[in-house]
Amino acid sequence: MSTTMGEQQSQQSGSFGGVSARSDAAINAPRIAIRNLDFYYGDNRALKAVDLDLPDRQVTGMIGPSGCGKSTLLRVLNRMYDLYPGQRATGEAMMDGENIIDPSVDLNSLRARIGMVFQKPTPFPMTIYDNIAFGVKLHERLSKAAMDERVEWSLTRAALWEEAKDRLQTSAMGLSGGQQQRLCIARTIAVRPEVILFDEPTSALDPISTLKIEELIDELKHDFTIAIVTHNMQQAARCADQVAFFYLGEMVEVAPAGQMFTAPKERRTQEYITGRFG
Amino acid sequence: MSATATHPGTVPGPAKDQTVAHKLGRRRGRTNLIIQVLCVLATAIGLLLLASILFTLLWRGVGGISLNVFTRMTLPPGSNGGLLNAIIGSIIQTMVGALIGTPIGLMVGTYLAEYSAGSMIGNAVRFVSDVLLSAPSILIGLFIYELAVQPFGGFSGIAGCLALAVIVIPIVVRTTEDMLRLIPVALREAAFALGTPKWKVIVLICYRGARDGIVTGILLSIARVAGETAPLLFTSLGNLNWSLSLAAPMASLPVTIYQYAGSAFDDWVQLAWVGALLITVGVLAINVAARFMLRGGR
Repeated sequence: MSTTMGEQQSQQSGSFGGVSARSDAAINAPRIAIRNLDFYYGDNRALKAVDLDLPDRQVTGMIGPSGCGKSTLLRVLNRMYDLYPGQRATGEAMMDGENIIDPSVDLNSLRARIGMVFQKPTPFPMTIYDNIAFGVKLHERLSKAAMDERVEWSLTRAALWEEAKDRLQTSAMGLSGGQQQRLCIARTIAVRPEVILFDEPTSALDPISTLKIEELIDELKHDFTIAIVTHNMQQAARCADQVAFFYLGEMVEVAPAGQMFTAPKERRTQEYITGRFG
Repeated sequence: MSATATHPGTVPGPAKDQTVAHKLGRRRGRTNLIIQVLCVLATAIGLLLLASILFTLLWRGVGGISLNVFTRMTLPPGSNGGLLNAIIGSIIQTMVGALIGTPIGLMVGTYLAEYSAGSMIGNAVRFVSDVLLSAPSILIGLFIYELAVQPFGGFSGIAGCLALAVIVIPIVVRTTEDMLRLIPVALREAAFALGTPKWKVIVLICYRGARDGIVTGILLSIARVAGETAPLLFTSLGNLNWSLSLAAPMASLPVTIYQYAGSAFDDWVQLAWVGALLITVGVLAINVAARFMLRGGR
């Protein structure tokens, strides 16, 4: 059955750089709806009236040249910009009837609902077990047994359990780069967020580790709504259900992945994905 | 003529004057040699001075070490006295001084690194702390004299502790701030991204990452104040008798050395050498421990 599905997929989907984009499955209802979003670094307007839906339990890939605002958009969604004075956002990013960028939103519980995985692996200077338990303890009171269970669950979901189960009490700094990144993903899902933001999660990793992370993202989207920023268009083609192209702070075009890489509507999109600039 | 027709290895363009290049090369070689010799000389002078201090200390000090040094009080000349009260007094004042100064220094350093970004107050605090770092220690002694000796009508051990604490604070402030600033932004953001409140990011993530550096700073500040004489002269004064009371004048090794070394009595001078050796060995041990910690943390 899987082979017929695969054949069907390759027939339906376009080819890009030797990699097939996934078929244009129906795009789900939005989990987060971004409307007319502006973002400023001081006086510099880094996002210009962005409209974008993040479909529920699907992967949205964000592509575009450096400085186009795609990472900025991720940092708006979990309010990371609040750490830095002089950065501000206006507009709407609605989730469950609440505007994420409203000043009255409780940041700590928002960030528990919208997790983020960064470009470089950032294990905390503590044991593997404590790395996972750290975030859970912030939001829940669990018994030792329940915490053990949560740690195993999240490490399993992050495809790290087999490698880590015998060294849970050793320092996380001893893991390889790819393992560290999967630990960071485990740490993020241990908090049981609804949305996970990936900011170029594989740009510091080797191809094998990259493949593992991509498989992981494919697996995680059954339970989580995912947004991934990437400079690698094959990666966007492999992972994403829908792809959004950003250029100079504008969201130029958003479309199901297959369509985006075979028949983009905008000339700028086409030029970027065929490598004419960027 | 096309580029392919020129001789192989000849770069097109104006010709290079080979003799000038040769001369310049020789001059660079000479300059290099001179600077190298000067550097080696300077290092040798520094090391020789240090070695001669250590050698003299050992030579004059080791002979005077006996059980009496550690079991008897400072007594009048000729009565076979020791340094017990001075050793204990030094340990008490150094430790209490560090206990008072360290938390204050830690908090100020944390404020500067984590909360003061770009603020006027932060810059002012940093400036004052740096000035304090290089303030002559006798001034700190006089300051505490005005603050904690005169108003209470007498010299006291606690006044000595306070003076030492004032020296500890800016050292701990500087190392704490520097070490916290070394914690990568990415690590902080990763902690914030899990929904961690700021104070927990600082205490659970940043302190943990900076722990070795901060502890090293504290140890170095202890090493620094263990040998301070001037701030104690005006505060804890010294005490020839056994006293553990922080309300009374208290003996200390540096002050005892200061009093004994200039005296006319051979046994006192001998004890001064022993005291100097003890301080040096103690400070050296703390420094080695600090180095060791720093290396173990990597």
